[in-house]
Order: sequence, then C-alpha cells, then structure tokens
Amino acid sequence: MDYTGEHLLPGQLGHFFIVLALVASLFATFAYFKSAQAKLPDVETSWKRLARWGFIIQSLSVFAVFGILFYIINNHLFEYHYAWKHSSRSLEFKYLLSCFWEGQEGSFLLWSIWHSVLGLILIKTSKQHEAPVMAVISLAQFALATMILGTYFFGAKIGTNPFILLRDSGVLDNAPALHINFDLSQPLKPDYMTSITDGNDLNPLLQNYWMVIHPPVLFLGFASTIVPFAYAVAGLWKRQFGQINNPALPWALFSGAVLGVGIMMGGMWAYESLTFGGYWAWDPVENASLVPWMVLISGIHTALIYKHTGQSLRSTHLFYILSFGFVLYSTFLTRTGILGEASVHAFTGEGSNFFIHILLFLAIFIIPPFVLYFSRYRDIPAIQKEEEVSSREFWMFIGALVFFLSAIVIIGQTSIPVYNKIFGLSTAPPEDAEFKYNSIQIYVAIIVGLLTAFSQYLKYRETTKAFFWKKIALPAIASVILSGIILSIGDINYIRKGPVFQYSIWVAAACSIFAIIANAGYIWIGLKGRLRFTGGSVAHVGFGMVLLGILLSSAKKEILTNNKNGIPVAVAPGDNPMENLTLVQGVEMDMGKYLLTYQGDSAHPKKQQSFYKIHFKRKDGKEEFTLVPNSFVNYKGQEGLMSNPAARHYLTHDVFTYITSISNPDAKNDTASFKIHKIKTGDTVFYSSGYMVLQDVQSKDSLPEDIFGKEGSLHEMPVKIFSKTGSIFTVTSRLANAKNELIALPDTVASENLIIQVQKVNPDNSIELGVKESGSILKYITIKAYKFPFILILWFGVAITAFGMFISMFHRMRQNRRKEQPEQF
Amino acid sequence: MKRIHIVLLVVVAVAIGVLISFVNATSTYDTIETAMSKPGKYVHLMAKLDKSQPVDYDPLKDANYLSFTATDSTGKSVRVVYHDRKPDNFEISDKLVLKGKYVDGKFECKEIQTKCPSKYKEEAAKTGGTHPGNVPVGNSGTTAADTSKK
Repeated sequence: MDYTGEHLLPGQLGHFFIVLALVASLFATFAYFKSAQAKLPDVETSWKRLARWGFIIQSLSVFAVFGILFYIINNHLFEYHYAWKHSSRSLEFKYLLSCFWEGQEGSFLLWSIWHSVLGLILIKTSKQHEAPVMAVISLAQFALATMILGTYFFGAKIGTNPFILLRDSGVLDNAPALHINFDLSQPLKPDYMTSITDGNDLNPLLQNYWMVIHPPVLFLGFASTIVPFAYAVAGLWKRQFGQINNPALPWALFSGAVLGVGIMMGGMWAYESLTFGGYWAWDPVENASLVPWMVLISGIHTALIYKHTGQSLRSTHLFYILSFGFVLYSTFLTRTGILGEASVHAFTGEGSNFFIHILLFLAIFIIPPFVLYFSRYRDIPAIQKEEEVSSREFWMFIGALVFFLSAIVIIGQTSIPVYNKIFGLSTAPPEDAEFKYNSIQIYVAIIVGLLTAFSQYLKYRETTKAFFWKKIALPAIASVILSGIILSIGDINYIRKGPVFQYSIWVAAACSIFAIIANAGYIWIGLKGRLRFTGGSVAHVGFGMVLLGILLSSAKKEILTNNKNGIPVAVAPGDNPMENLTLVQGVEMDMGKYLLTYQGDSAHPKKQQSFYKIHFKRKDGKEEFTLVPNSFVNYKGQEGLMSNPAARHYLTHDVFTYITSISNPDAKNDTASFKIHKIKTGDTVFYSSGYMVLQDVQSKDSLPEDIFGKEGSLHEMPVKIFSKTGSIFTVTSRLANAKNELIALPDTVASENLIIQVQKVNPDNSIELGVKESGSILKYITIKAYKFPFILILWFGVAITAFGMFISMFHRMRQNRRKEQPEQF
Repeated sequence: MKRIHIVLLVVVAVAIGVLISFVNATSTYDTIETAMSKPGKYVHLMAKLDKSQPVDYDPLKDANYLSFTATDSTGKSVRVVYHDRKPDNFEISDKLVLKGKYVDGKFECKEIQTKCPSKYKEEAAKTGGTHPGNVPVGNSGTTAADTSKK
C-alpha cells in the first residue's frame, strides 16, 4: 500500500548509511587486525592503508546518519517514530539536539560519533601503535553500529533503528481512528499522516540548557576512555607493555578531565532542574558514571609512577582496561532496565534481546583483554626492588589503590539488582542508602585528601626527612590554622548521624583544606610557578575544593521549610520531618529568617507550564526578592506536577525552592485582604456565609526554650465556625512569641474559603482576629525550600581540576613530541 | 613480602568487609502479608493504591501528611501513613514502591516511588520507573489517537 504525506528518502538513506558504517567498521577491524599481526612491513602498511579507508568511510557514514536524523527531527517528519516520540513542533531549536539523547538509539549514535572523531585523530597521531589501537576502536564501532541496526537475525532483533517509521513501530496498531473502517485488523488509512500533526514532545525535564551540553560532554568522556583501554590492549597484544605508557597518558588525562566535567554537569543539571534536592543522590545511574572515572584516575596515577620509576605497569594496564570495562558495565546497568526498582532514573529496558546484545558487547570487550592480561601478566616488566616508604610512588600507589577500591565498593553496592537477577534474590537497597555510601566514602575522602596534600612534597624513589619537613612545614601550619578557624566559626554541625560521623566530616574538611593549601603552595615551593609543570598541583587544588565543597554543602545544607525545629512543630505531633510548607495566595507565611508570600502565577503561552511567583522578605528587612519556580501541570495526561526549581545565588550559598503541590489550577485570582476584629472569648464575628465564635484564648506552658527563648509564649485560639449550610467547623489559630518575634500561624476552612489568623493577643486576653474571605476557591501552593551553602566551591573545584588535567595533558604531549625515544626512568 | 603487598591485603580486606556489611544491611521487597509478619523492619512494599478507600491529603491542614490504603496482588490491604507531600502521578500510577516499616497496624512510609502506566502494553513494558526527579525516557502519555483529535 502507498501512503501519502510520507518522506521515505531520508529514512532509506539513513538505513543505507547504518549498514555502510557496520560493514566498513567490520572491514576496518579486520584490516587493522591483519596489519597488527603482519610480520612484514610491506604487508603491515598495505593492510593499514585499507583499514584507514574502512575507518574513514565508517566515520563519514556515522556523521551522515547523525545529519539525516537531525534533518528528520528539525523538519518535524513525524512519520518517523524517533521524531514523533522525542520532539514536537513547539520544541525550541536549542533543544532539538536533546532529542538525540532522550532515546536509546540517539545516545548510541552520539557515542559512535565521538569514537569516530577520536579514531580519526588517532589515525593521525598514534604512529606505530595505530594498527592494534585502531583495531580495538573499529571493533567498538562495529558493536555500536549493531546497536542501531534494527534488523532480524535468525529471529532475534539486533538493535533498534532510529529510522523506523511510526506506522511500523506498533504505536498506531491500537488507534482505530487511523485504520480503514476504524477496524484494527485493517491496514492504516493511506492518508493517515494527515492525522499525525504533532509529536510527543521532549520530556519537560530534559528541556533545560544543561541537558543540551551535559550529555555530549559526558559521552565524550565515556567514549574517550576507550583510548587508554585500546593502548593497554595494544601493549598486551603486541607485547609492547611499557611503550604504550607515554602515548596513552595524555589521552587518559583528557578522558579524566572531560568525564569528570561531564559527570558534574549532570550534577548541576540535577541541582538546577530536578527536585531531589541536591546534585548527587548516589543513584545507580550516577554511580555508574562515577566509577569508570575513579578507576581511570587511579590509572593515571599508576601510569605516572611507571613513567618515573618503572613500577606499577601491571596495575596501569589493569586500571585502563577496567575503566572502559566499567563504562560498558554502566551502559549495561542503566540501559537494560536491570536496575528496575532500585533507581529513580530507570532508563528504558528494551527487552531480552537487547539485554543479551549488550551483555555480549560487554563480554567481547572484557574477556579477551583479561585473558591477555593474565596470560602475559608475568611478562609485563616489574621491578622487584621494594619502594621506599619515603618515596612519592609508595604513597601515590596507596592513594590510587584506595581510590580504585572505593570505586569497586561503590559499584559493588550499586550492583544489588544484578545479584538479584543472577541468584534469584529479592534484595532491596538498605534503609537510608545514601548514608550507607557517605559513611564509607567519608574515610576515602580523608585518606585521599591527606595523600593528595603531602605526596607531591616527596620525591620519587627516596626523600630525606629534612627536605620533606622543611618544604611541607609552612603549608601544614597554614592548613592547621585555617582549618581551625573554619571549623570553629563555620558551625559545621551534622549531628543527625551521630558524633562519629560529625567528627569524620571535620577531619575530612581539614584534610581537604590541607590538600588545597599544600598543592597551591607546591606550585611555588616545588615548581617555582612554572605553569606547564603545575598540572598535577592545580588539579589537586581543584580536587581538594571539590571535596571541601561537597562536605560543606552537604553538612551545612538546611531545609528552610523544615518546621521540625520551628514553632509549628511545637504544636504538631510526632517527629517526622515537615519539609513542605503551604502558602495560601496573598497570605504571608513565616519561614525561619524569611516571610514568604505566594503572589500569583502565570502560564507559558504554548505549554502546560506554570510559573509561580514567591516573594521572600528577610525579617530583618535587609533583603527582598522573588523566586519563580515553575511546574509542568498535568503534562501530557500525566497527573500532577513536574517541577523545576528556582534559586537565588549568593557567593556563600544558594536559596533554592520548588513547588511540591498546587491547588486546583482552575482557581481564580484572589485579591481579598484580612479584616481585623477586636474580640474576647465568647464574642461573635460574622462573615458572608455564617458566623464564628471565639472559644478560648489559651496560653501554652513548658515551651522548648531553644525554640521559643526565655520570654517566649504561645497562644492557641480555637474558633467555632457556623456556616449557613449548617456545617460546624472548629479551627485553631495560633500566635507565637519566639525570641521576641511575633509569628502568626493561620488556619483555614477550605470549603468556606476562610482564612483565620490572630494578629495580636492583648494583656487583657482580648485578641485581634484577622478574617479573610477569598472571593474564589482558595489558591495555594506547597513548596520545599533549601539553603545550599558553599556550592560554588564545588563548581569551581571541578573547573580547576579539569583545567589542571588539561595543563598536564599538554605538558605530556609536548614531552612525547620532543622525545620520540625510549623510556626515561 | 613487600610492604606494598601488606597494604594491598589490608585495603582489600577492608573493602570486602565494607561490602559484606553493606549486603547484610540490605532490605527486601515484600508483599503486604510478609511486611506485616515482620513489624518494625524496614522493607520495600510492592503495592498499589486502593482507589475505593479515601486518600487523605489536605495541604491547607497539613502539607506533610498523606494517608491512603494500599493493596497488593494477593488482595491484602493496609493503611499507609506518609509524612510528606503527595507524590506526582500518585493516583494514576499502577504500582507503588513503599519504603518503610509496618508499625501498630499501619505502614509508616518513609519514601514512595510511583510507577506509571502507559496506554500501550508494549510501551508499559518498556517504561521503567518514573519518579519526580528522574530522567524518564518513554512517557507515552500522548498517543497518535490523541494527536489526531487536535
């Protein structure tokens, strides 16, 4: 049957280029393999020339596939399932790229593009290692191409094709309106496309600028871990163990910098647009990206040890291999749906074929390197002489080891769903899983922070005591003083998890301060400020800042809407956290240091998105500002809200809020104000649809002094309301005097649209009762608000770490260029 | 034996110890019946909302109190109390993961994860967990049929 209104050419071209990429990458793999195995230089060169053409053709094909898919999305060709599912006409141009990474196919495509770019650079630069290194990368390209192939092979579906048509995707099979005679057993109407006028749109949470840049950077980080991996495999394969160290090092540094930045960009996105209240939640998806980075960082350090002393070559090979191995393992964890209930992220699972497919991918890239590694382990050169305790390499190795094992512990904890699958268990994450991670990693932070601080002051091989102490004395003393000051005035109290954890936080904070100062000092003390040698120190300063930023922002994070230590809970039962605060439109509410007013909202002209104006006023009168968090309301038939937070940034902290629930969105604006009545117990006040009687004015005793202060008071005023409809309500309005501050706690009767608030209690026990009748249904929102302190230290730390790693990378590249000669120990 | 090997052994032993203690601290996925049989123990209860029973949430009274009845595939049901706001997609979710303890005749819930259904079976199988703060992939809220009405 012919359908009208379809554009089939782009899809056919796309299919063609996918198949071409697949064939060309397989050919490149084969040719590079032959070249690597060749005994004669002539044979080696001729195979290599063929292989290069194969790889170049596959790269061009991958770019073409990307371009065609972009064309389809950009032109809203909704006859293609991918465009229909991930985009819409109202989607802004800047988010068109985000459509790529919303879907599985687009993510693999992005990964493949980065591999192509890296491969083309390696063809130019990898010289004698080209054949084995590129054989590995070509094989990875073949594996990625199968992921987007989407054909059937002996009944099993291989990959998912991004160019599948909407009508072939199964989505339309249950839509009778689109079938001939409204009969599902009949084919689609020839003009069915006239009914498909818009796509499904991009998930609103991804419509955020961080989502435009975070995935490409993260994927470049993931993709680039293959280069050190490929060098390590090449070293094992060609028995050129040590010779791969120098060329692999700049790549490892590049990968470490980009992957680190990519991960933290994800954190910034989570912080700025998600509502789990932070940048990191130890979610399996986050862990899975962190672990390859940690392993790679360990690898960089052992590689440096080898470069300077000849030690640790075996571990370098192992870490490089495992780093890419964990990238694949994390792909397996996050993309097969195996995480199931364990993750709030939970990307799609594509069914059992995909599960096996990605497991095969993992096996092909992990098993052969390990077979090579263990069979040739004895041949990898190692120095039998023991490292001196006073040597830099001894402590560097311990640091790398601790960092690596910390990664293994994290991935071990994250893999619970995998154990469940293998052993048929039903183990679930423990209670308070985040603390389970924190309580372990805090010690890693202490050890690594400390090692980072002093290792640079040691020399390779051996250091004399006098030299070490002389150099490190000044930074150490400065750190002790500064840590003392920060800990004593910083008010870092995190007693919730017991004193041991709190002291650990203090020690870790002191160690990270030591790391910052010692490394900053080393730039002058050890390196005399010569910029190109400072990479390591700069990166370590940044890393110390990352640690300090994490510790301070987490330990000093405050839930501003947490009423637990405030007035309302003095009257509310239980010890549960009260993290949500209700704001009725136009009514000022008390929140710690602030008075909050929900002023109103406005809607996005095109989308089901509302913006809520919340006015913050400091009680000391020093500052007023308005935050406008927004929410997608009942988006695409999903009930409820998808909220985006709003934050006010200060140098030392952020005030951060988001909407947790709203009243019926149809409610009208409310402009009524409070009417004040001066009354005594037993007096009656009339309102438009009834009257109310003040029952009593009670004064509460035994108030907690830490909240109310010495002179504090709390009055409770029960009011009985008799409505015209015959209903009777009793509400209790309260007025607190805490630490010389008057705080009114209003009460409401939703069905009567009434808000009652005591403004003042006079000495003669008469009160001023404010009664507000809103003209329409009461409009309210509930919010959560946080204060994140010192988050800037973390963001700057990440940037400085990456900057330092780039300095190192260029330094090592220059060294490699200068001496195309044997190892220098 | 080299010093570094001793360090290696110690650190590896610590790592193994940490992992074992983590595994021992894990909880379990339970039905209402098994959760009731171990009161006070932290479990992951797999259930869904019983829509025939009232859902009690009024932010004007208390924005941090939600109470509802959950029922599971065995037909048992339990009253759940949750001290936070009502989660997104609460009413339409076809599965709830309730993390908490069964205490004094009710389930004291610390955390709720909602799982969303979608209009097509095939899609439903694909769509993993969704939660307010996640990166869900296939929200197949709108269908082609919906689109065609526009």
